[in-house]
Amino acid sequence: MIEVLDCPMPASFQDAGRPGYRHLGVPLSGALDADWLAIANALAGNPPGTVALEVHLLGPRLRAKAPVTIAMAGEFSARIEDAAGQSRAASNWRSHALATDEILVTGNLRSGIGYLAVHGGFDLPQVLGSRSTYARAGLGGIDGRSLRAGDCITVGATNTRLSLRLPRPPHLPASPLRVIPGPQREYFTDAAWACFLNAEFTVSREADRMGLRLDGARLEHDSAYGADIVSDAVTPGTIQVPGDGRPIILLADCQTVGGYPKIATVIGADLPRLGHALPGQTLHFVEVSIAQALAARRQAAAELAECIAGIAPGSAEFNLDALYAANLIDGVIDAQQAN
Amino acid sequence: MNPRILALGDGALTLEFGDRIDPALNARVMAARDALAALKLDGISDVVPTYRSLTVHFDPLRLDREILTARLLEAAQAPAKESALATRWRIPVVFGGEYGPDLAEVARATGRSEAAVIEALCASELRVFLIGFLPGFPYLGELPEWLRLPRLATPRAAVPANSLAIAGAQAAVYPWQSPGGWHLLGRTPVRLFDLGDAARPALLAPGDTVRFAPAGRDEFLRLAADVEAGKIGRQEWQAK
Repeated sequence: MIEVLDCPMPASFQDAGRPGYRHLGVPLSGALDADWLAIANALAGNPPGTVALEVHLLGPRLRAKAPVTIAMAGEFSARIEDAAGQSRAASNWRSHALATDEILVTGNLRSGIGYLAVHGGFDLPQVLGSRSTYARAGLGGIDGRSLRAGDCITVGATNTRLSLRLPRPPHLPASPLRVIPGPQREYFTDAAWACFLNAEFTVSREADRMGLRLDGARLEHDSAYGADIVSDAVTPGTIQVPGDGRPIILLADCQTVGGYPKIATVIGADLPRLGHALPGQTLHFVEVSIAQALAARRQAAAELAECIAGIAPGSAEFNLDALYAANLIDGVIDAQQAN
Repeated sequence: MNPRILALGDGALTLEFGDRIDPALNARVMAARDALAALKLDGISDVVPTYRSLTVHFDPLRLDREILTARLLEAAQAPAKESALATRWRIPVVFGGEYGPDLAEVARATGRSEAAVIEALCASELRVFLIGFLPGFPYLGELPEWLRLPRLATPRAAVPANSLAIAGAQAAVYPWQSPGGWHLLGRTPVRLFDLGDAARPALLAPGDTVRFAPAGRDEFLRLAADVEAGKIGRQEWQAK
């Protein structure tokens, strides 16, 4: 059992999502970064789609009510406090055994989102084939809502002997997001399309699991078509442009259909990156072909498999931590002075 | 317009029949859906029919995009027919007052009485064109020409669950509290999405028809209490 002591920012349980119900208006949902979810689960000794906690910006404090193994995928600044009040750093991209009454303080997240998986998975009921939280309709997770202080979640297994680490954590590329021209590309002038591919966009404050509204250039609709369509299907990665010309990129919790013209779609291989986008971050787009998108999908799948295959026993934890503690700061200063 | 295939990214294809709200187009969409389902292709996760198009969400590493494209264009040739599974529903609604705060304004804007608005809405056998936007949310149509109004200039932050609303040629019932820009005319005791019915969590399906029936406030409250208590099953709402 894990008890939530506090949860300052929205955090929700997510797994591989809820496919098969979009014709009923039920969104796909699921982890914004399915790759990192898979890594968190691999580090916790779980199958890739096991439900984990998706954390945004500032993570919760969690108390182990019984021994539990927890794994972190993401750039947390975490520490573990024991019952006597002693604190130790909890490094990222590895599993950690928590003894009874130990507290994991996950802290700030430099990676925007991160995942906390527990060995054995969180014991939550399946709703329409998934444990993913979809708050708007109260589906999945804990009563379909965000995590909050006082929640207690049962854990499926308590093998505290598990210790795994990821020697080469994944990095998020800064290259432009790859897109395929959208179903309603013809609704936009050629000038708007050129602008879309050349301009810089900024993620606005209107950003959540449903989508990201972008600031920057306004994309003009072709007056012969206008800015409304008879609603049809959208998908995570869809970039729709309402009448005000400000694009919206849809994410995992997006509705199933929409009435705005869709200028382009972010390719599947780049979807995980969108989950990490923070307000103020700049985005660029580049057009690719379907063939390039499929090649990118295969490459992303191969890289994830390779990353997970590199997971090693965590017995080096002590030495690594000692090394870092002793040398890291001096090393950085030396390196700066050398330049 | 001939049916055509549109790319919705690398993981979805949209078979588009047209760009209008039209029962004939919608019937072709449903026929194509049935024809595609009969093929039982591996690698498809979702098939979403809308007013005028059919979108297939698939795993392009398991299902070849060219093969799916060809199958979709074949399915597009399936003759339109009304689904044998279509159901006729009768949905009670309490109109006006606290339950339908926009009824008076809709009557004023259309130059008719509130009673005439209610009567016209309830006289129409409305088609379920698609389920989307929210779990179980039905897009119903089409309304009489004179009852078609633009959306609210300023959408409401919170439309109460079970509200009956209209906009343009469409009517809908909100299964959940949500933001919304449609005109609210009334409230129904009927649950449009119910996880208790795992085989069919959404009450309505595309191709079904709906007729709204005026209910008094007392009847509405009694029905709502019975639904809450589990005394009324969904078959209660099927048209006799």
